Amino acid sequence: MSVRHALLALLSDGAKYGLQLRNEFEARTGEVWPLNVGQVYQTLARLERDGLVAVEDRGADGPQRLYRITRAGRRELEEWLVTPPDLSAPPRDELVMKVLVAAELEGVDVRAMIQAHRRYLISVMQQWTRVKGDESALDLHLALAVDAEIFRLEALVRWLDAAEGRLKRHPLARRAQPARPATRKTEARP
Amino acid sequence: MNVLEMRQITKVYGTAPNEVRALDGVDFSVEPGHLVAVMGPSGSGKSTLLTIAGSLEEPTSGEVVVNGQPLGSMSRNERAALRRRTIGYVFQDFNLLPGLSAIENVSLPLELDGVGLRRARAAGRAALESLGLADRADHFPDQLSGGERQRVAIARAVVGERTLLLADEPSGALDSVSGEAVMRLIHDACQRGVAAVVVTHDAQLASWADRVVFIRDGRIVDQTSTSADVEAMLGRQRPGTPS
Repeated sequence: MSVRHALLALLSDGAKYGLQLRNEFEARTGEVWPLNVGQVYQTLARLERDGLVAVEDRGADGPQRLYRITRAGRRELEEWLVTPPDLSAPPRDELVMKVLVAAELEGVDVRAMIQAHRRYLISVMQQWTRVKGDESALDLHLALAVDAEIFRLEALVRWLDAAEGRLKRHPLARRAQPARPATRKTEARP
Repeated sequence: MNVLEMRQITKVYGTAPNEVRALDGVDFSVEPGHLVAVMGPSGSGKSTLLTIAGSLEEPTSGEVVVNGQPLGSMSRNERAALRRRTIGYVFQDFNLLPGLSAIENVSLPLELDGVGLRRARAAGRAALESLGLADRADHFPDQLSGGERQRVAIARAVVGERTLLLADEPSGALDSVSGEAVMRLIHDACQRGVAAVVVTHDAQLASWADRVVFIRDGRIVDQTSTSADVEAMLGRQRPGTPS
């Protein structure tokens, strides 16, 4: 999540104070991406340094400073919105690494290990689904952010399903015999 | 008392040496007001679990108890009455009767059970209204969208005094927003005290459940904690919030 661009977006409909920006950010997506007030002021200072925001009253200190977006800030925001994030290089996903390593190790019960990870991921998905709760009281920004997280976790579950199927059919995986527990009990805490 | 109790259920199709053990000593129960999802790969036995729970099929061995009544000790007619009065089914392909309007489809189980037409239609209308379909009551299935058809199927499953809702891939081929709407309806039915079992391979649908049970090769191999356990463990903290 680009805090920098989120703040520019919040400033695009009018000048705001730092605390106000933090509150608006938290109200929209705080349950997904919590933000402390220090991060807000640090990011605002960088935006000011880069000429993307300007301070209305230079004499005021921290909480009394009113920020507004500059013309360069609006251009930066517009450009960021239409620039696809760089997803060309696959991330070094820890879950993927664990399964790849387990598939190579003799005596690891990969199926049980995959199930433990699957249970954990679905437990986390259950918690996010509960955040969505009552639809009528659901904030749109929060719903979109929670959906994104649920889709991300679901993709991992689907990958585990596919990995389990592939390992079952692959001769390399068949030689591995479960000899010791491969996993520790995972807690349903993200 | 659990609404559904399945004890040591085994289901074998065919005979040796070609027999297929679809379920193998399964213990499974659902409390009133709880939504339980059953997940597993194709051929794991999850749909067989549902059809046996709903008395659409008999187990080879083991006992199914619905609202304290063992199905094994019931006559065929008694089981049919239980299916009409107590159990609601939602299938992937909706299974609405094409020649009947939405209200006729929904009130049919009550009418078959001997409830007077006026009372049955009033209950059907109330069920449709609660699912936001009051203005579709007189439409036929082919005049409804996929999402609307599935809502009618859910209205039919919860109409009257049903206490057990059984759903097999209830979002079918619906998009994810419509699938979420279907799960919200089932979740709402549970809030009113209905016990629900949803069989699915879809983790998003399963995440609406209070408890997710995993089935493999006819056996229950794992399950998530109940929502109450998770809440207690997290101290009612939501994910993503700083500790």
